[in-house]
Amino acid sequence: MDGKGDEVDAGPALVSILRQGSYLIASIHTALDDSEMERFQSDLIDQIGKHRSRGVIIDVAALDVLDSFGSRTLRNIGEMARLRGAVTVIVGIQPDVALAMVELGMDTGKIHTALDLEEGLAYLSEAAQLSNPLSPPVDGER
Amino acid sequence: MTESQAADLEGALSFPALDRQDEEQLLPQLVAHLREHRSRLRAEWASRIQDSHLLQAMTPTEMGAETTSVYDNYVEVLETGSVEALQHYARDLSERIIPRGVETHEVVGIVLLLRDVLARSLFEKYQRDFGLLNRVLDAYEPAANRIANTVAVSFVDERERVIRQQQDSIRELSTPVLPVRERLLILPIIGVLDTERARQLTEQLLIGIRTHRAKMVVIDITGAPDVDEAVANHLVRTVDASRLMGASVIITGLSPEIAQTLVTIGVDLSKMNTVGDLQGGLEEAERLLGYR
Repeated sequence: MDGKGDEVDAGPALVSILRQGSYLIASIHTALDDSEMERFQSDLIDQIGKHRSRGVIIDVAALDVLDSFGSRTLRNIGEMARLRGAVTVIVGIQPDVALAMVELGMDTGKIHTALDLEEGLAYLSEAAQLSNPLSPPVDGER
Repeated sequence: MTESQAADLEGALSFPALDRQDEEQLLPQLVAHLREHRSRLRAEWASRIQDSHLLQAMTPTEMGAETTSVYDNYVEVLETGSVEALQHYARDLSERIIPRGVETHEVVGIVLLLRDVLARSLFEKYQRDFGLLNRVLDAYEPAANRIANTVAVSFVDERERVIRQQQDSIRELSTPVLPVRERLLILPIIGVLDTERARQLTEQLLIGIRTHRAKMVVIDITGAPDVDEAVANHLVRTVDASRLMGASVIITGLSPEIAQTLVTIGVDLSKMNTVGDLQGGLEEAERLLGYR
């Protein structure tokens, strides 16, 4: 299940993408540069189709910085996953990161967020109970 | 401008080099004179303070003790030329009298009175020899100016320190993040919001969200007297950042004036969830959390 396991990189995995029922749980373990971020994006979108996932959780709790490219990629992943039929939740954004993201004026409008993995799973199972899980979030309520 | 006036001005900062020798000979004389007539001069000074209605926050006993210490410190500075001990004393004194409402002009006033009293006694002593009197004043004035300067600066420094300290404690007190029930926080904003405070407030809120695992936050701005564009933008950012942490925000307590101002200056608050008052905000939050 490790998205990076078979890559040429000798070092420890930078991200892991695990399957949990109909959900994918992707954890980013360390700061990624732009090309790593792009590879993470294509790996993840790939796996959504492979596992027929209905929900994706991206855990960024280990990151203490998230640059504009990173947050734009996360937003794009959310959008792409929606096109492939999965709801995406970003979890574990640290206070400093949240502050930096809004101070830099990043458009975070369409990202679903939750405090941590547990909350993210709760959010996804709630979303699954709705008649149309693909509908965008009710603004400000979730 | 005469030469002595010029020297006088300069003396406020340093002893003029020309007078070094004179000073060395004359200052011990002055000091001896001032020590000899200590009780008379001090009493005169104290009565002048009374007449000018200065330091009325202090009792006569305290006044006696403090004037004696100031007098002794004053003479000591004349003798040694070092203001360190005086600085120390002035800071200590300020610490004691600032909480009782003593103003800067009073402190400067009493020092200038003492300077005046002592100068008059020197006039009296040396009035028969103008040349000598001139030299005596040349030696006395710079030192006296330095003393007045030191006391005033020490007092103002101490005052500023106290003000800074109070500002810090107000700042800390004024941004409490309060858990009301599970997953629900209130953040009452009281007082003027400036950029620094808004930033600090956002930080505390985000940390609060993580600690309490909050899903809803009610920010109540009833206590904020004025909201301008900058503050409104801060609020929008706070809402966005909280959302990134997985918590939604309800803003309550927008006064009619603030509501009108915000719409008039055209701040985009469409993303903000607002409810009229804190009570309504809490009810709405509880509804969204599924408590009712």
